Amino acid sequence: MNIIITITVTALVVLYAGLFKAKKALLPITLLGLLTSLAFVATGWNADHSYYGMMQMDNFALAFTGITVFGTLLIFLLTQNYFAADSENIAEYFTLILFALTGIVIMVSYTNMSMLFIGVEIMSVSLYILAGIRKSNFASNEASLKYFLMGAFSTGFLLFGITLIYGATGSFDLGVINQYLVTNYKSISPMFYPGIILLMVGLCFKIGAAPFHFWTPDVYEGAPTLITTFMSTIVKTAGFAAFLRLFAGTFAPLHDFWMPPLMAIVCLTLLIGNVTALFQKNFKRMLAYSSISHAGYLLFSLIALTANSANNVLVYAAAYTFATIIAFAVLILVKQKTGNDNFDSFNGLAKRNPFTALILTIAMLSLAGIPLTAGFIGKYLMFLNVMKEYQVYLVAFAILNALVGFYYYFRVIVAMYFKEGSETELQTPFQYQLVLVFSALITIFLGVYPAVILNLI
Amino acid sequence: MLGALVTAFTGNGAKHVALVNAIVSLALALVMVCNFIPDASTQFVVNCPWIKDLGISFHAGVDGISMIMILLTNALVPLIILSAYQHQYKNANAFFALILFMQSGLLVVFTAMDAFLFYIGWEAALIPIYFICAIWGGKNRIKVNMKFFVYTIAGSLFMLLGIIYLYLQNPSNNFDIQAFYSLSLDSTQQAWIFWAFFIAFAIKMPIFPFHTWQPDTYTEAPTQGTMLLSGIMLKMGIYGVIRWLLPIVPAGVQQWGHVAIILSIIGVVYASLIAFTQKDAKRLVAYSSIGHVGLIAAGIFALNVQGMQGAMIQMLSHGINVVGLFFVLDIIAGRMGTYKIAELGGIAKQAPKLAIAFLIILLGTVALPGTNGFIGEFLLLIGIYQYSLWAAIFAGLTIIFGAVYMFRMYQNIMLGKTNELTIGFTDIKGSEQVVLYVICALVIVLGVYPKPILQLSEASVQHLIEQVTQKLTSVN
Repeated sequence: MNIIITITVTALVVLYAGLFKAKKALLPITLLGLLTSLAFVATGWNADHSYYGMMQMDNFALAFTGITVFGTLLIFLLTQNYFAADSENIAEYFTLILFALTGIVIMVSYTNMSMLFIGVEIMSVSLYILAGIRKSNFASNEASLKYFLMGAFSTGFLLFGITLIYGATGSFDLGVINQYLVTNYKSISPMFYPGIILLMVGLCFKIGAAPFHFWTPDVYEGAPTLITTFMSTIVKTAGFAAFLRLFAGTFAPLHDFWMPPLMAIVCLTLLIGNVTALFQKNFKRMLAYSSISHAGYLLFSLIALTANSANNVLVYAAAYTFATIIAFAVLILVKQKTGNDNFDSFNGLAKRNPFTALILTIAMLSLAGIPLTAGFIGKYLMFLNVMKEYQVYLVAFAILNALVGFYYYFRVIVAMYFKEGSETELQTPFQYQLVLVFSALITIFLGVYPAVILNLI
Repeated sequence: MLGALVTAFTGNGAKHVALVNAIVSLALALVMVCNFIPDASTQFVVNCPWIKDLGISFHAGVDGISMIMILLTNALVPLIILSAYQHQYKNANAFFALILFMQSGLLVVFTAMDAFLFYIGWEAALIPIYFICAIWGGKNRIKVNMKFFVYTIAGSLFMLLGIIYLYLQNPSNNFDIQAFYSLSLDSTQQAWIFWAFFIAFAIKMPIFPFHTWQPDTYTEAPTQGTMLLSGIMLKMGIYGVIRWLLPIVPAGVQQWGHVAIILSIIGVVYASLIAFTQKDAKRLVAYSSIGHVGLIAAGIFALNVQGMQGAMIQMLSHGINVVGLFFVLDIIAGRMGTYKIAELGGIAKQAPKLAIAFLIILLGTVALPGTNGFIGEFLLLIGIYQYSLWAAIFAGLTIIFGAVYMFRMYQNIMLGKTNELTIGFTDIKGSEQVVLYVICALVIVLGVYPKPILQLSEASVQHLIEQVTQKLTSVN
């Protein structure tokens, strides 16, 4: 609770600071607010506070809050000079991102369906605006509209699902619903099943899993890159946390019912995400499709529910978040120099910017899942978990997809190192350097010594 | 001790630093050999928990089989670095750092006693060589290397699948090799695991029909890359078979081993036939390498002491010879600008020292008695003969074929009339001389007195074979 209050207050302060034209103060205030929230995460560890049966700040919630807040912090560091170019009112960006973060904190800690809905809405509404915040840019407007329409649909599904489940059980409370499933296992109301499916569909929309992914590439491409970074990392992680809380916790007794459709979704997601990413010429679009495929790997944790499922998602999401932040940060730098975000603009990058190229290489290796990077540990845990249930074919299928992944991630590396290109030197501001180095170090560290976060939850 | 080795390798710097690093590691390896007691036990063991929750530990150790591989790696890397002295590579420090990085990956592979560590080393060796070949390679390097990379990584991912499966079967929840050895799997499981591992190893070696990446990659890679690939890296596959495949799934090997042998023999004959028609000297050596490796693989799958010992010594010899051959070709191509056999000729007159060195290495490659190739191939053929006469006959053909195409290459390049292109050829000097003379010396010394090497691995090999047969009888 204190985390939510901190973030909200920060958002409001930032908004007022913007009113009084205190532009220099915006970033420090925001960072201070986020650091305070991180401190609350640390102090609340193992405390397991419950708030009126609406939210539960257990370790699961705190761990995911920690990683999302931290990721947001890194993204805020990247705002240096980024928004100033196209808007006078930077404060609104800051505020909206912080509001979205508030929604995310609720999404990872809810114990009541109504809180899930509120969290999702707080986050989504902020994001609709953020996607379209470049008012005069056509692509940005398109992204916003698409995102809004699709998002509204998915919220509808979500709400309908919640209603049906309420109808079956008479409660929004996750504990009560779970109890209902356990006690009435033989005679569950027929309303309950479509409720689960609708909830699954609604959440799959939010995390961008196929076949509900159609909004993802366009929105990711059209939105300002920094917002895309936020959406594809933090928002996605939050979506998974919400998914896990509901399906791995409350609906676990019905695993046999919802696992087969989810399996189909996973296979489709992996296939579509990877194969389509292969054909992209645009780096940003490629990352959008790759984020779809990563959603597929993340859903593995729900296919085989074990005690480690939540923690595996945490590890994978951390690996994915840091690598993706690097990728987008470099993309922003490249785009500022060359004006477009195709693969071609990465040609010959390594000659003049060996350091940036190296860090991007680490990120790509991590996304592809090469050993000694965090991405490998994440993938490995996912595969291990599914193998435990002896679904060897699914893992073999995922491995084939991972192979496709190698190919398109390496295209960037190939472009940077092996192709001749305009030898532009990137201007890397200090804050970018900080974020890049830090994320790369974490990626390697988690790859070499993952024991630190393996048993967090 | 190994930890120190590994950290020494990641050092960064120009060629001299790299060379010093490599020589230091060679010296350390020699010290290890001196302290090594040639029995079947595993020595110099380092075992510390790495990721406890997942049962992963940094468990490394050396027995006779690994010792030979370590010797090979540490002996060849200084030579390879030295052979690059005449080249002007861009970003030379990155180049040498990658070589050393790869060396550490290879050493991890050759010493790992933990399946997870083995996998990490396996991949850690791949990434540097990919960059070496793709940055400093020839014209088609990007496409060719992508093929190489995707091929090998496909193999290794299936190996990972196998490793995870074994881990889940293992009641003690770790990746320890001894625990894997003592697993009892039924024959279907063994067959699956066999294929998961075999494909990874077969791609690396490469065995027919998984070899299609190899000639292109060898041709496009910079010579040092080719040396690393052919001299050391393909031994990873063979070593993997010996260390992991045979002892873990002996029944799988028994069931499917004949397929492996047949594939190997097909590879031997096929590669030799193609080598005949090659116009490009580097490609010719690449194909000959497929042939030699096929022979080694067949010797191992024959599952007897002779075949295995032959494989050990032949791995060492092949590594030395093939590095020598590629270096000679590199010298020639560096001066003449071509690998085309037809365009060369009469170099021997201009460069007698090179001619002699080339001849000695060539004789080693075609397994003339008294050179290092002979002992290995002889033992291998005995091993294969015990398995099947026909296999031995076909395998024996390589020696004849090999002699024919190798000598033809020699004849066309070194002998004959000197043409306008080769008239200006200057003889070897400086670092080139050092490398070639060292290689020649190794060819002859190992050929005349191979006993120490054989002794080094004998006990381990015997132990391995006993272990395999014992496990087989218990399964049946």
